[in-house]
Amino acid sequence: MLYRENGQFKQTYRTDLQIFPVLQDRIAIYALLAVAFVAVPMLASDYFFRAVLIPFLILALAALGLNILVGYCGQISLGTGAFMAIGAYAAYNLQVRFDLPLLLSLIGGGLAATVFGVLFGIPSLRIRGLYLAVATLAAQFFTDWFTNRVKWVTNDSPSGSVSVGALSFFGVPIETPAQKYLLCLGIVCVFALLAKNLVRGAIGRQWMAIRDMDVAAAVIGIRPVYAKLSAFAVSSFIVGVAGALWGFVHLGSWEPAAFSIDRSFQLLFMVIIGGLGSISGAFFGAAFMVLLPLLLNYVPHWLGLPLSTATASHLEHMIFGALIVFFLIVEPHGLARLWLTAREKLRLWPFPH
Amino acid sequence: MAGMLYALVALGFVLIFKASGVFNFAQGAMVLFAALAMARFSEWLPKWLGFESLLLANVLALIAAIMLMAVLAWLIERLALRQLVGQEPIALLMATLGIAYFIDGAGQLLFGSATYKIDVGMPKDPMMVLEGTFEGGLLLSKEDLYAALISAMLVICLTLFFQKTPTGRALRAVADDHQAAQSIGIPLSRIWVIVWTIGGIVALVAGIIWGSKLGVQFSISLVALKALPVVILGGLTSVPGAIVGGLIIGAGEKLSEIYIGPMLGGGIENWFAYVLALGFLLVRPQGLFGDKIIDRV
Repeated sequence: MLYRENGQFKQTYRTDLQIFPVLQDRIAIYALLAVAFVAVPMLASDYFFRAVLIPFLILALAALGLNILVGYCGQISLGTGAFMAIGAYAAYNLQVRFDLPLLLSLIGGGLAATVFGVLFGIPSLRIRGLYLAVATLAAQFFTDWFTNRVKWVTNDSPSGSVSVGALSFFGVPIETPAQKYLLCLGIVCVFALLAKNLVRGAIGRQWMAIRDMDVAAAVIGIRPVYAKLSAFAVSSFIVGVAGALWGFVHLGSWEPAAFSIDRSFQLLFMVIIGGLGSISGAFFGAAFMVLLPLLLNYVPHWLGLPLSTATASHLEHMIFGALIVFFLIVEPHGLARLWLTAREKLRLWPFPH
Repeated sequence: MAGMLYALVALGFVLIFKASGVFNFAQGAMVLFAALAMARFSEWLPKWLGFESLLLANVLALIAAIMLMAVLAWLIERLALRQLVGQEPIALLMATLGIAYFIDGAGQLLFGSATYKIDVGMPKDPMMVLEGTFEGGLLLSKEDLYAALISAMLVICLTLFFQKTPTGRALRAVADDHQAAQSIGIPLSRIWVIVWTIGGIVALVAGIIWGSKLGVQFSISLVALKALPVVILGGLTSVPGAIVGGLIIGAGEKLSEIYIGPMLGGGIENWFAYVLALGFLLVRPQGLFGDKIIDRV
């Protein structure tokens, strides 16, 4: 009833090309942004910021980057953790050695990850699918070793862990969780808009053509080298920035283990559960992944069942695994597709014909 | 030693990939699961049934573990693979990742997550060979030798099974072409259960060898990730490739650690295998013994 687009005529090309062509969608997204930027910082508690909102935003950003690579360009990557690590350590080194401001070190981290990503993306020109997964695993294990063993990376810190000092953004000190949250939210919004416009445009079409069948795409005049490497570059830039944010804003001080292969798998699951090849899917997937462990912690508590942490973590593993298989069977396109289906239904409701 | 384990795990990968076209990420989790089952059954069964003999306990535990792997294979086929027929390979790959997580969790939930030992009576003392040939001779661990023998026997049995029995022929037919095999009346779902069971048994053997040497613990499932470069190196569809690849990677990573490692600060064992496989992929994407990859539009 409310969600109805009758009478919304598109009279210019501009209106036809809008990201949200339906008025109600636009209202909803503005309302969501208003809530996120204004209401949430006033209402949420510090714990909620630290345990839920900040990880959610940063992981959503990383999943967004990965989704460009896996969901749009069809190049499977198991090395996302490595790209995050490169971003984080590069940003750290830029800040410590050159005293760059926060924004510049974040971007520098992203650029370092881009270079690294393109380097490990080169094999994708010759191989694909499973073989590429192994190539990206090489990136993962190489980075694990690199950040662990090469002392220069961690600025010769004896324990191998690094920590960043006080953060400030254009002179404004960022101390409280709410400020950190706003910083992350701002960056995530910018990147989401950027990514959405990229995948709508010519380059996004090229990625999707490569994903659907790369030989055929090459035949119709898409250069696979350019399309694949640009997907690797954009994806690892976003993932690198996410990694830098994860280190700087969420963790504060971290060890190489923060970006281990588990993180890579976790991000891949987010993208699958959220929905391959959709921007909103990254957010759904991240929300799911952040909330599920919390839920699994709280539910036995509410039910009065005492569960040891070991049992809980094994159960979590099992539920994750089962849910992934379940999602692949029931809805291979993930939560984002469920949301689309619901919207289609809503357009006709309450008169389905 | 490590190389042979990689080869065994890789063998499981190759068998399942050949027969069902599924790249089974859960192989490592299956090794862990099988080894845990074996270790715990051999500990529990004497208690439940009230006997003392170590041999009997091991034999019964082996049977129980094989049965458990068969049940697991059946469940995987019934609940996951059957529903995913006709999906893209990438979806199947991710499904096996999910299965891996599930088995990891389930195994540790059922059997506990501490380190357990498997005692199948393998001799531990080392022996010297070839002392006549050159000075000092070679120091060999008898355990490794037995393990190598067991693996070789397993490979021979599998080859015979695949070449000589009707079921083996059916398996090869399915590997060749799913639809053609189905159209001449080979029941696809039963074949898959059999293949996954064989994969489980290979996993069990790998788990027993590994477990009796170093104890059963979570890190076993990480061996699976090492088996990936092995399969890549040897070729995804080749059984001998898996064995040769495993030995190359196992020896290569130890040698590189000793000879190149000090120059780079040590610890390169962890990524050497992957970089080796990566370099190999660029030169010969189908691996040492793999079928040529042909692109069709």
